[in-house]
Amino acid sequence: MDYSFTLLILVLPLAGFFILGLLGSRLKPDVAGIAGTTGLFIITVLSFLTAYQYFSAPNPDGEFESLEIYNVLWLTFTDQLQIHLGILLDSLSVMMLVVITSVSLMVHIYSLGYMRGEKGFQRYYAFLSLFTFSMLGLVVATNIFQMYIFWELVGVSSYLLIGFYYERPSAVAASKKAFIVTRFADLGFLIGILILSFNTSTFDFITLTSVNGPVIADPTGALFMGVSVTTWAMLLIFMGGAGKSAMFPLHIWLPDAMEGPTPVSALIHAATMVVAGVYLVARLFPIYSFSSPAALEVIMFVGSFTSLFAAVIACTQLDIKRVLAFSTLSQIGYMMVALGVSGYGDEEGLGYMASLFHLFTHAFFKALLFLGAGSVIHAVHSNLMTDMGGLRKYMPITHITFLIACLTIAGIPPLSGFFSKDEILVAAFEHNKLVFAVQWLVAGITAFYMFRLYFNIFWSRTPNFHHTPQESPLTMTVPLIILAAASIFAGWVPFHELVTSDGKALTTEFHWMIALPSVLVAVVGIAIAAVFYYRQNPRPENIAKSLSGFYTAASRKFYIDEVYLFITRQVIFQLISRPVAWFDRHVVDGTLNFIGNTTVFFSGAIKRIQSGQMQVYIWFFTSGVLLLTLVMLYLN
Amino acid sequence: MNPLLFLLIIPALTMVGIVFTGDLKRVRIISAVGMSAQLLFAFLLLYWFFQLRHEGNTDPMLFVSTTTWYESFNIQLKFGIDGISMSMIILTAIVTFAGIFASWEVEYLTKEFFISLILLATGVFGFFISLDLFTLFLFYEVAVIPMYLLIGIWGTGPKEYSAMKLTLMLMGGSALLLVGLLGIYFNSAPAGGRLTFDLTEIAKTGIPVSAQMFFFPFTFVGFGILGALFPFHTWSPDGHASAPTAVSMLHAGVLMKLGGYGCFRVAMVLMPEAAHSLAWIFIILTTISVVYGAFGAIWQKDLKYINAYSSVSHCGLVLFALLMMNETATTGAFLQMISHGLMTALFFALIGMIYGRTHTRMIHEMGGLMKVIPFLSVVYVIAGLASLGLPGLSGFVAEMTIFVGSFQNNDIFHRVATIVACSSIVITAVYILRVVGILLLGPMTNDHYLELKDARWFEKISSVTLVAAIAAIGLAPLWLSNLLREPLAAILHQLIQ
Repeated sequence: MDYSFTLLILVLPLAGFFILGLLGSRLKPDVAGIAGTTGLFIITVLSFLTAYQYFSAPNPDGEFESLEIYNVLWLTFTDQLQIHLGILLDSLSVMMLVVITSVSLMVHIYSLGYMRGEKGFQRYYAFLSLFTFSMLGLVVATNIFQMYIFWELVGVSSYLLIGFYYERPSAVAASKKAFIVTRFADLGFLIGILILSFNTSTFDFITLTSVNGPVIADPTGALFMGVSVTTWAMLLIFMGGAGKSAMFPLHIWLPDAMEGPTPVSALIHAATMVVAGVYLVARLFPIYSFSSPAALEVIMFVGSFTSLFAAVIACTQLDIKRVLAFSTLSQIGYMMVALGVSGYGDEEGLGYMASLFHLFTHAFFKALLFLGAGSVIHAVHSNLMTDMGGLRKYMPITHITFLIACLTIAGIPPLSGFFSKDEILVAAFEHNKLVFAVQWLVAGITAFYMFRLYFNIFWSRTPNFHHTPQESPLTMTVPLIILAAASIFAGWVPFHELVTSDGKALTTEFHWMIALPSVLVAVVGIAIAAVFYYRQNPRPENIAKSLSGFYTAASRKFYIDEVYLFITRQVIFQLISRPVAWFDRHVVDGTLNFIGNTTVFFSGAIKRIQSGQMQVYIWFFTSGVLLLTLVMLYLN
Repeated sequence: MNPLLFLLIIPALTMVGIVFTGDLKRVRIISAVGMSAQLLFAFLLLYWFFQLRHEGNTDPMLFVSTTTWYESFNIQLKFGIDGISMSMIILTAIVTFAGIFASWEVEYLTKEFFISLILLATGVFGFFISLDLFTLFLFYEVAVIPMYLLIGIWGTGPKEYSAMKLTLMLMGGSALLLVGLLGIYFNSAPAGGRLTFDLTEIAKTGIPVSAQMFFFPFTFVGFGILGALFPFHTWSPDGHASAPTAVSMLHAGVLMKLGGYGCFRVAMVLMPEAAHSLAWIFIILTTISVVYGAFGAIWQKDLKYINAYSSVSHCGLVLFALLMMNETATTGAFLQMISHGLMTALFFALIGMIYGRTHTRMIHEMGGLMKVIPFLSVVYVIAGLASLGLPGLSGFVAEMTIFVGSFQNNDIFHRVATIVACSSIVITAVYILRVVGILLLGPMTNDHYLELKDARWFEKISSVTLVAAIAAIGLAPLWLSNLLREPLAAILHQLIQ
């Protein structure tokens, strides 16, 4: 099989970034937009071609191989530790290529309409290309350091895109926050890489994760604070993943990141970048599974807690993009749980498969939700659901596609979300009953808050619009329709035969005992939402009042932001930086000035001795001679 | 004739040319031509260097020539370069070139300004090609002394105070250094025979351990002061704040590198046993430098102070990596010198250009500059991203090499120091994004700034040169890393034994 064309998948978006970035405003906006979109279209086709070639290739022992298509030496650290840049194709990375390019293509097309007339349209497309390049480079990385490189590039493209409206202070603050929080997490990632690579003398994924390879077969038994060094390394690496995937308590940047343009939220903060953490854990899964099951437990609990925590907050938010942001947190929590409960190989690997299956379906329906929300925002010029209502009459396409997305995320069969969520619940049920119960409950809450959103936007009371909302142009509705189709049908992809922990096909059974209750809880959630929000009524108010303390806490996002503000403003700025600056000026520099001033003082005091008068000099001279003579006599 | 001498002859001719011109416009053209020639020659030298290596010449030093200068003390004019000095020469040539264009609009005593600036650069070039401790020290002083005039005459703010402080502290460093160098000289022939200043000779024979233990701290601190070693770094914020643009560029970009280079070449290579046993003290000091400089930068309000503290942090990392005493970390240290040299020169150039327009360096008095001067703002963001270690720019390559290298030392002390130093990548992000957020983004705070003009052609030459160099190293670091690794591997092999 010839895969050399895969290089183009990376080269085209990079070239797009440089061309659009350097020519910038010298290009007409339309030219820039269409050039960017065409490039994306080509690499989407190439990605599908890669997927087709890869998955249809004959594999004699029933196992998908890992292929290193390119691997170029980039930098040498030591004789063993070298960074290569290359392209690794296995079922995981090929699946990610398809997800990223297709969602990115939809966003590119959608933005032609959504961003029309915005200042900096060319810059926007340049940044989108940079992001796509970085994300693709991340998923095809052949080694963990290449992944780290692109991981950082993804972080910076996210920074640039969140801060796209750079004259808006809130956008500037949000982009800064996103970058610094994820950077802090990346510190953990970096130290994790340092520990892991020191112990294994390699960065290479294939060597690191091969089950009979040196790393897993002879793990270093060294302990640090009662936990094996490998577990520490894997926990630190997970910290990086938790930062990008916005797991509690590193989640605070994601809701604020909604300051960016809405299509960006769909691409980065729903479908691609935020699942990088899931991808990272999946990529290193054999190490987690064999060498540090304790770290895997941590991942499970973090994921489970985040999914519940975020779902509760989502019920109280009024900004529709923030509801979606918290819903993203919650869904990524599901993926983390699935990885956490999974084992390696055969039936044990169900969770792994389920997690990536959910990643796959979630990418489509969450992108659809965000783009739908963008279409609504485009029409009413507000993010708040209080400014919306009754929009089904004005925006039929947006309405129908949004409804499909809501049903999908709620897990109503036969839409795709049902299948992937069901597999996760099955895997959780077999591993940990408590976690299963939590995830089951979260499924109900998810259905509730999504339909709260849906009814508030499209039903409920119709407010007095300044001007009548209109359906969005074709460039925006066509991506909605395509994504809606993907959300409906993605569940029928035979995922368990394609992407599994050990590369071998997995047989899955359908569990009525789990599917029925999960559908039931979703239907109940939808029903409650309908009772509350189908028409405007005082019930939601009353409930909020009766739960006043808890409700306020949830709507203020449980005050985690305030904790962070305290740490940054009070601790880092006031308690560390300010004293450091003071110390430097007054103590370190003060000492030097003191030395300088003392010297000046003494030279001032003794300079009178150099008076130029001969009598004084002679007097000093004779007294000196006399004194020395006396000293000599005394000593002898 | 030794081609290395052209590195001294070209600037000398340029200075002579400036002396004999009356026209002020012609002064800067002569300077620009001279320093462009110097830059081209540096690259030509690099080409010859690679060619010689390619032909299989494996001598540790290339282009070596020796001329006896002062027979009775065995002082010689001995020149020669290896991969390390080669890369430092390229750095100096690039920064000097950019510095000339950044000072295009100096109008007060133009002639004298350019002569002092080029004299300073000449000292640096001489320092990097010298293989004799005495000539090395001579060129060191040639580089340091014009600084006093450049700050004292063409500076801003409390310039007399700053110039005095900087010069006195660096002179204090020189005094320590002189003690160290003489100590090395008088112990250079332990078995009898002629005393020598020759770096390569001393490295071969070695000096007695007792003498090393006494003179190592003098030499290391002497050079370390120039490398902004905590707590001897306070000349840097005040000095940079008062210095004119090109002087800040050359000083932070190149002159501070003399410190790190000397710490390694002279202190550590000639006195390896002492370096081994005393390293822990300096590792503690440099780890403090790294974090302390970064935290100090968070609180500053003046652009130049921010950058000066950031330099304390970044240069601290250079010395930190050198003290890790392994091939990878040391390679990282030199990469960091080059990377920091380019980055900080770019920062100071941009600060000068912004100051020339807004007449303030206080970040809170500016805001939203991205809208009116997009070119300068975008370049500032690129410099910021390089400084916080974004892959694809030089800072990442250097920092990662340092961290991976330091982590190879398998004991708790080195590990903890490394992790503390690593944390600087987060703190750096905080202060860089703070400045970018306040200075460039957000709404326009001052309507007067609406009429600002974006970069002029000479400013573009200056900044684009530096950005290109930063990106070139960041995108394709292997050649530079190998250029440094090859000599360092041999030297460290000897050191560790």
